[in-house]
Amino acid sequence: MFDYETLRVIWWAILAFLVCGFTVMDGFDLGIGMLLPFLGKTDDERRVMLNTVGPTWEGNQTWLVTLGGITFGAWSLVYATVFSGLYTGMLVLLFGLFLRPVGFDYRSKLPDPRWRSSWDWALFLGGLVPSVVLSLAVGNVILGLPFQLDTDLRSIYTGDFWDLFNPFSLLCVVVGVSLLCLHGAVFLHWRTESELAERARRVIVWSGIIFAISFIAAGFWLTYGQDGYLITSVIDPNSSANPLAKTVTKSTGLWLNNYSVYPALMSAPLMALVGVLLTIFCSIKRYVGTAFIISSLVVISVLMTAGGSMFPFILPSSIHPASSLTVWDASASRYTLQLLFFATVVFMPIVMAYTTWVYRVMRGKVTVEDIQNNQHIMY
Amino acid sequence: MITNEVVELSRLQFALTALYHFLFVPLTLGLSFLLAIMESVYVMSGRQIYKDMTRFWGKLFGINFAMGVTTGITMEFQFGTNWAYYSHYVGDIFGLPLAIEGMMAFFLESTFVGVFFFGWDKLTKLQHLTTTWLLALGTSLSALWILIANGWMQHPVGAEFNYDTMRMELTSFADLFFNPVAQVKFVHTVAAGYVTGSMFVLGISAYYLLNNKDVAFARRSFRIASGFGLAAVLSVIVLGDESGYTTGEVQRAKLAAIEAEWETEPTPASFTLFGFPDEDTMTTHYAIKIPYVMGLIATRSIDQKVDGIKEIRERKHRRINSGMIAYENLQKLRQDKNDPIAKAAFEAHKDDLGHGLLLKKYTEKVVDATPEQIDAAVHDAIPRVAPMFWTFRGMVLCGFTMLFIFVASFYFNAKRTAHKQRWLLKMAFYGIPLPWIASELGWVVAEYGRQPWTIANILPTHLSTSSVEPGQLYLSLAGFFVFYTVLLVIEMFLMLKYVRLGPSSLHTGRYHHEQEEGLSHV
Ligand code: HDD
Ligand code: HEM
Ligand code: HEM
Repeated sequence: MFDYETLRVIWWAILAFLVCGFTVMDGFDLGIGMLLPFLGKTDDERRVMLNTVGPTWEGNQTWLVTLGGITFGAWSLVYATVFSGLYTGMLVLLFGLFLRPVGFDYRSKLPDPRWRSSWDWALFLGGLVPSVVLSLAVGNVILGLPFQLDTDLRSIYTGDFWDLFNPFSLLCVVVGVSLLCLHGAVFLHWRTESELAERARRVIVWSGIIFAISFIAAGFWLTYGQDGYLITSVIDPNSSANPLAKTVTKSTGLWLNNYSVYPALMSAPLMALVGVLLTIFCSIKRYVGTAFIISSLVVISVLMTAGGSMFPFILPSSIHPASSLTVWDASASRYTLQLLFFATVVFMPIVMAYTTWVYRVMRGKVTVEDIQNNQHIMY
Repeated sequence: MITNEVVELSRLQFALTALYHFLFVPLTLGLSFLLAIMESVYVMSGRQIYKDMTRFWGKLFGINFAMGVTTGITMEFQFGTNWAYYSHYVGDIFGLPLAIEGMMAFFLESTFVGVFFFGWDKLTKLQHLTTTWLLALGTSLSALWILIANGWMQHPVGAEFNYDTMRMELTSFADLFFNPVAQVKFVHTVAAGYVTGSMFVLGISAYYLLNNKDVAFARRSFRIASGFGLAAVLSVIVLGDESGYTTGEVQRAKLAAIEAEWETEPTPASFTLFGFPDEDTMTTHYAIKIPYVMGLIATRSIDQKVDGIKEIRERKHRRINSGMIAYENLQKLRQDKNDPIAKAAFEAHKDDLGHGLLLKKYTEKVVDATPEQIDAAVHDAIPRVAPMFWTFRGMVLCGFTMLFIFVASFYFNAKRTAHKQRWLLKMAFYGIPLPWIASELGWVVAEYGRQPWTIANILPTHLSTSSVEPGQLYLSLAGFFVFYTVLLVIEMFLMLKYVRLGPSSLHTGRYHHEQEEGLSHV
């Protein structure tokens, strides 16, 4: 139905959609995890926080799982290279993710305060560790990863774990963590009341400011201080997927190339900045639902800024730029992309429909009274 | 670059994490259906006790489910972290079912599991019942897709090698979906899950009956479990498509190893009930054979033959030689993809490319392999016999023991005297570990029996790994060991605590502990 080129662009868009879906949907769960020990002063308050997302967080996390599966199927070389290259980081991420399913489910199953406070810290790490590792990974991907493909297309990674902690990527961690705290706090502000909601509102202001400053700083850094990449050979977007068939150059400011070709792209970083101001404004005015919609848009804008700057690169290689994986040469075969496209078009709307239904059923604020009346049912 | 150490450690890590994941999977599969059945009875009869049953067994389900999700994420990551070349080489086919599984099954189960626990007061009875059924459906769909992926590893169909992209590419979705091996696997594995759920409910109910606690509750649970369990255990043992274990060379090699069948026997083959297989002399000492049975188990017929190990080895020898030619011409094609002679030669031998790659374990160049190296590769090409022989018999023994337990439970339950048969209740209680033992052994048979391949006849295991350092693997293994041990201790502690409390943990005021001593905590 579609030619290979169109399918590849569609699949880049689906990848972006899933990344945004995950960050919007699970982002506030991660944020609430990070805020849990600080905003919840009493056991009941902490339970209120957990129960705002209790019935739905598991479905939200599935965005990440599905993102993994989709990357495996549609961009297998990307999946293979990122996961094996960032081996240690991925395992740290995984161990962080371990803490959430058990943390949510087991925490309130026993009354012992030490048991509960241990789990609270586990849930804190379950929010913090994935946020940090994922932001760090995004930062490093923007810089390019030190990998190379040999003639059998086996990817060989030459960096080590501590190299990931470079200044630019650490700045990206500040951007990511403040953004997810903001998003989590906005959700809490919406779904809780009285003192807890007030505390959440203060977090919104502070994390919003930190986010805005670090985001602007990262933008300048990328413009003046960091290498971007550009394909220099003629590419046939319809040819079979062989990344070694191209040449690539690398120099400062190239990540801005797309903005001069498509000026409309500027709307993404602008939206992010305007959005965060609007989020803070709406929260102060207590338009809590609107604030949540806007902070979701901020999340999407930030991701689109990164993705839009890099297109058509998905994974640049810093040591051997020609090995970089791009939209044109790292995809699955045309047949597989087509099949997966149909599957996505059928299933994702269904998923979104029942997710919406579930949120509707579970809507409303969670209060301390709810917790006290349902001691043995709620998390 | 890739050392044996990396391969062995990656295998060890995969085996341990997969077997660990499968401690929780079968209970999720089985218990979700039992919950749906119990709740259906509640909705139809309107009797509170069935709602309490759904809620209580649901609590245990939740404790287990959390671990299933936790350990499942590991599996999803691990293909990329540890089997990167594998992911590149077959991602075009193998990634497809995994992607579909996410969209079709994981979203379903993980969205509705929340509604199951939190929706009791927010939904109508019928809506909640639908939720429970969707949850159960989600778990079985997840099994379907992952087993299509796994079945393809055992019997790869509908795909072709592309020398331009250096990977396998999908040619037929229908072949992938209707792979006979995947179908047998699905039926067998899902039924194994239903057996596990039933044994769990049966055994714990038996424990309450033995202690005379919450008898009405336990008898009803026991009844449902015995009926569902009998059907499930019969399916595990009897059902399955006959072609599953005989199509495909690797499945046949497995079967020969399971059977310690050194020579091809005249049909119909007999079954070696017991004996001591000896790899060096290629004989089985003290063998006790039952005529006909092997032919029936393996081929479901009495006139198809089961290949012997010696014959399979000879075939391997020919294919490895042919594979060397394929590999040689592949290298030429990588230099110049329009070389017509190389193309013709490659096309003629490409089905054996995988066999050529087996030699990579011994020599980087493949084409310069010595006859000894070829012999070594041939020797590798059949899994070791003794472990296969024993693990298989262990699984079958567990299966028949459970068959007995379920038949007896069903029978006495029908006579309404099950709660008085203390021997049976004890047997059901002590039988709780059996389905787990059988499933773990079954996976060892299936996966160890696939060696030396990750993708049968296409991609050898020792080529499949990532280019990582042994140090990274020791670190991750240590991490898994610590996390998984701690989590298992916590999970078992909670599980036992709630099993002991029984339905009193619902705080309805209707059950044993609350009436006797007034429940103080939890
Ligand atoms: C026969 C069934 C079966 C098999 C062979 C596997 N799984 Fe599994 N998996 C399930 C059956 C299942 C399940 C029943 O659907 C689980 C178990 C408990 C649960 O929560 O869902 C699950 C959970 C689960 C999850 C969490 C899903 C969520 O977020 O809800 C992931 C990511 C995986 N699995 C991935 C895998 C991978 C990559 C496997 C291959 C090695 C694998 N599983 C083998
Ligand atoms: C959850 C159920 C499963 C269990 C218990 C299981 C068990 C095992 C075991 C015991 C091994 C080690 C074999 C050996 O190295 O000798 C193994 C290896 C492996 N299995 Fe599975 N397996 C499961 C599911 C799967 C599935 C569904 C897939 C694919 C979708 C898969 C893919 C692999 C791979 C890639 C390896 C490593 C290569 C190898 O050693 O063969 N496994 N598994
Ligand atoms: C009693 C007769 C049984 C027979 C004849 C039998 C046969 C088999 C065979 C031949 C395999 C290997 C399939 C392959 O290599 O691909 C297998 C695997 C397996 N078995 Fe059994 N089995 C029996 C009972 C059981 C029981 C009682 C359980 C658990 C409750 C069980 C669980 C499994 C599992 C989980 C696997 C791995 C998945 C698969 O390959 O299908 N089996 N079984």
